[in-house]
Amino acid sequence: MKVAPFHYHAPASKQEALDLLAHYEPEDARILAGGQSLIPMMAFRLARPGHLIDINRIPGLHGIDLRGDAIYIGAIARHAAFEKPIEPGPTGRLLADVAAAIGHAPIRSRGTFCGSLANADPASEWCMTATALGARMRIEKSGALRELEASEFFFGIMTTALEADEMLTGLTLPRLPADARHGFYETSRRAGDFALGAALAIYRLQDGRMQDARIVLAGAEPHPRRLADAEACLNGEVPSDAAFRAAAEAAANAIDPLTDGQVDAGLRCDIARAVCHRALLRSLA
Amino acid sequence: MKQPYHLQVNGRDCAVEAEPRKILADVLREDCGLTGTHIGCEHGVCGACTILLDGKPVRSCLVFGIQAQGADIRTVEGLADGDELHPLQQAFMEHHALQCGFCTPGFLMLGAALWESGAKPTEAELQALLSSNLCRCTGYGNIQKAIASALDARDQAPKRSGEGAP
Amino acid sequence: MSAAGMNAGGSKAGSLIGKSMPRLEDKALLRGTARFIDDINLPGMLHVAFLRSGFAHARIERIDCAAARALPGVHAVLTLDDLKPLLTTPYLVVALPSPHFKLDLHRPALADGEVRHVGEPIAAVVADSRYIAEDALALIEVDYDPLPAVADCRAALQPGADLSHADQPHNLVAELRTEFGDIEQAFAKAAHISRADLWVHRGGGHSMECRGDVAIYDDVQDHLTLYSSTQAPHAAMQQLAKILGRPETGLRVITPDVGGGFGPKLIFYPEDVVVSCAALLLKRPVKWVEDRRENFIATTQERDQYWSMEIAVDDQARILGLRGEMLHDHGAYTARGLNVAYGSAHTVVMPYEVPAYDLNIKLAVTNKVPVTPVRGAGQPQGAFAMERLLDVVAQEMGLDRAEVRRRNLVRAEDMPRSKPIVTRGGIDVVLDSGDLPAAQADVLRAADWDGFKARQRAALAEGRYIGLGLANFVEATGRGPFEPATVRVDITGRISVMTGAAAMGQSTKSMLAQLVADQLGVSMQQIEAITGDTARIALGIGGFNSRQTVMAGSSAHLAAKAIREKMIKIVGHRFNAVEEELAVADGRVFVANDPERGMSFGEIAQAVAGLPGYVLPPGVSAGLEATEYFTQDAMAYTNGAAVAEVEVDVETGDVRVHRLILSHDCGQQINPMIVDGQLMGGIAHGLGNALFERMGFDDQAQPVTTNYGEYLLVGAGEMPEVSLLHRSSPTPLNPLGLKGVGEAGVIPTPAAIASAIEDALSPFGVRICQAPIAPQEILSLIEAARQNADANPAPLAAGMR
Repeated sequence: MKVAPFHYHAPASKQEALDLLAHYEPEDARILAGGQSLIPMMAFRLARPGHLIDINRIPGLHGIDLRGDAIYIGAIARHAAFEKPIEPGPTGRLLADVAAAIGHAPIRSRGTFCGSLANADPASEWCMTATALGARMRIEKSGALRELEASEFFFGIMTTALEADEMLTGLTLPRLPADARHGFYETSRRAGDFALGAALAIYRLQDGRMQDARIVLAGAEPHPRRLADAEACLNGEVPSDAAFRAAAEAAANAIDPLTDGQVDAGLRCDIARAVCHRALLRSLA
Repeated sequence: MKQPYHLQVNGRDCAVEAEPRKILADVLREDCGLTGTHIGCEHGVCGACTILLDGKPVRSCLVFGIQAQGADIRTVEGLADGDELHPLQQAFMEHHALQCGFCTPGFLMLGAALWESGAKPTEAELQALLSSNLCRCTGYGNIQKAIASALDARDQAPKRSGEGAP
Repeated sequence: MSAAGMNAGGSKAGSLIGKSMPRLEDKALLRGTARFIDDINLPGMLHVAFLRSGFAHARIERIDCAAARALPGVHAVLTLDDLKPLLTTPYLVVALPSPHFKLDLHRPALADGEVRHVGEPIAAVVADSRYIAEDALALIEVDYDPLPAVADCRAALQPGADLSHADQPHNLVAELRTEFGDIEQAFAKAAHISRADLWVHRGGGHSMECRGDVAIYDDVQDHLTLYSSTQAPHAAMQQLAKILGRPETGLRVITPDVGGGFGPKLIFYPEDVVVSCAALLLKRPVKWVEDRRENFIATTQERDQYWSMEIAVDDQARILGLRGEMLHDHGAYTARGLNVAYGSAHTVVMPYEVPAYDLNIKLAVTNKVPVTPVRGAGQPQGAFAMERLLDVVAQEMGLDRAEVRRRNLVRAEDMPRSKPIVTRGGIDVVLDSGDLPAAQADVLRAADWDGFKARQRAALAEGRYIGLGLANFVEATGRGPFEPATVRVDITGRISVMTGAAAMGQSTKSMLAQLVADQLGVSMQQIEAITGDTARIALGIGGFNSRQTVMAGSSAHLAAKAIREKMIKIVGHRFNAVEEELAVADGRVFVANDPERGMSFGEIAQAVAGLPGYVLPPGVSAGLEATEYFTQDAMAYTNGAAVAEVEVDVETGDVRVHRLILSHDCGQQINPMIVDGQLMGGIAHGLGNALFERMGFDDQAQPVTTNYGEYLLVGAGEMPEVSLLHRSSPTPLNPLGLKGVGEAGVIPTPAAIASAIEDALSPFGVRICQAPIAPQEILSLIEAARQNADANPAPLAAGMR
């Protein structure tokens, strides 16, 4: 299980990285960020990129910038950076809750937030989170920049809007308002495994009633999306088990369930219902 | 094409000439002569190859050697002080936390990251941390006990003179 | 015995036995200085990678190695034709003999024109590095003509089934029948008959270190050394001698530190032959270390058994007879024998009084990697079958599960209890010792079995489904006939113990050192234990069947005792003292009340090392060395019981094992710390077999779980709270009363967990008939039970009893 040969590039600047990507894109150039998904694929020789452009040495891509209205996350911000709340508000707490469920500590110390989004595994907690928070993706290529909403970014199983010569150089997460509450729940076969299902529920509590509800699942469908039917079960309601169950039922009915050797459609829906309900229960904690 | 580069491993310089595709675990084992880091799966799941990279536990099968230039790399060989075992190693021995010993360096380095961070995890947190590595021999209980007891000893040890001053 | 008889002033032999002592192995392992197979690096060493079949069954029309051979850094690309000049036969003929074989299915060293499982080695690349060797694999062109693959052992025996081997007449490799008593009569007079159809699956061994070989050919001496991560070095050496046609004196097999065995490493493999041939052909050291993907497709596994069983009981639920059929997936070749199936068949009837038994076993050839023992070696399946049946009896007769077992367990007062069966080697099976009802009572008490119903009801009121399950077991340990040990004291006083036993992580060196130290009155650290080296001792059998402590331990104990007695005799003669006056301590033998009068071990060794022209002390032979071949044909039977407590999440199908209690009796323990360690490892493995480990194949026999994301091993997060309870019923079969322990934990655990899941789901009335069981299957069972209840409410009520 040895990696096939490739050409290694360690650019010192983002511009250099984008230029290399543009230049070598015809020879299957890939960005190497945390590498925690890409390198295993290379070890099995299921991925054989001709060029790896290692962006780990580029200054300025590691940062998390909290100064603006939105939180900016650079391309090389590691999962572990979110384990302790990056800010005192509800967004920092939410990110910390989710980060703890990502793989294992040695994976979190190397893998990156943006790498997870670019990889777009259906079970990815960060893809779910970016969707729920309405992340704005910063997509660059040599000489061009475009921005996409999370809802425009994910196309399918491990498929995104990124073109072969483009790099996700960062993203912004709008901060949640102070009255936002969230609940996150994940189930997996073993501790640290990919999620069989996970749910993130967010709503604002105003005059005792839920507003602006957002519900996104991971591991349920080819890519995450807001589940409007489920959210509608919450908006205007007082938090209650009945409301939560209704939302969970709506979520289970709304999904186009992923199936594999372990999980058939029925089980996937059962799991979706359960994790959604439990995430909502946790929003009360 | 082989490329020359240097690594800093356990405080020592190691001159390497290797292809960029060579994973750090192979570089440590073959080019630095440090075979204490073991390879169990080469796809980042078993954790036998766990080392410290700038103080953080990392799978050395999921990093290319060439990427580790300039980093402070720590392996199991760097734990003991001469003939004196590191308290974690001593605790592993006392608690029978190893049988075949193949996964042990990875667990020790997970423990070393905790030891050096000063963190004191709860039982559940420690179990979650250890769930990152696989062991077929021990059933994990003794590994958890060994690390917990070493961390206890760390926190109870009187500070040596010169330490702890602001 | 008088105080003098215990060697006043010196060590009392026996004082170290039963003490938890630190292990000799630990320091090197902890410091990273141990030497595993992949840690052996030699000047000029070359590296091997294997091209393996991607088809489960295909004819090979053509192999073109030209492009691979032309790759810079490649030294050779070998196919079977390249090896043939070195081989007496292209086949590894390794099967344990049995009259029941209907087919000879020997593995070729490399593919012989037809591949019969994914992963079968076809060609070997030898190159400067493993990276280059793997690059070259992609350049080998193979034209395959795919043949129908037999993916399922049930389909294999259907009329008109495709053939797993195109040149064989059918897929039935063997048929075994284990029968005793009057089975017809038993069923005719039964008050109640229960039935169960079961699927029991086991995965691979999954040692954290994969397999590996380093072969070194010395053409000056015409000598081949093979370092191999094997559990059976002498067997490997003998196999090499046969297939290479070399004298045993021209061969040496050494096991370096081995990173876990768990069964599959006891097998002699094609790769062992190929790597040896590569060293002979290229006259360079050659290394091959299996990677994890290869481990999934080329290392032997245990796999599927399908049981269809009936049990007849009287109106008191006392067993009258058991009958049924079992179908066993043998895999594509015979890499060991019929032993796994034998183990399963026997385990069924061991803990209980079973007057009549009739089990017919068919072993089917499939196009999957061969089946050979994995920790437990068929016994977990046998225990699963019996324990599931007893739960069905209890449920159908409205009796407590523990009570049904209590009425049927072999009683302590009936020990030794002869069983009307013989081992695969033809030896009578006699349960030698133990108190099975007491072991069961231990776990019931620790689990608060009687108080659990109230807890269960309270939990259910909160919507939580908890359950308790029970299983008894007997483990056959200490497979004979022998495992030798030599104890030697050299003229510097250093003590060594050498054995054919192989260490693969189970503390064998410490075990031997502890037994020798016990006799010689020194610390364990003063003893060098040498295992797994065919140059150090002529014969050996190896590490499997929980046998090494029993067999090699007994030999080491006897050899050390002989050395002790010899030293006492020499010193007694020199100082004109009788044995009772002498003490053995601190590396000396001396007169207890006048310690100046004595000799160091080195001086004693010197006295019998021989000086030209001088006589030996009277009445003693030359040399301070003793070799013992302690022989024990019958097996020593370890026993115990387990209770598992689980919680089932009925919304997701997730099962968490909260608690596992194991009562265990391996006779005299040598090092309790190590015994507990073995049990814990076995329990973790058993938990995996109950819930997680599943080696999956598709309908073309393509393996679909070939990485550790898909094949689930138990991690720290899955481990329950474990309580270990001990009893000690020393076996009369060997001097120290030793029984094995290495496989005990794995045997009852899947059965206890299945029982607990069934108990937790008793409100639905589901029955657990398989191991492992995954969330999807749990939810399907619940769903089916609900539908059944909707259609037909009565059975649900019965299920809730």
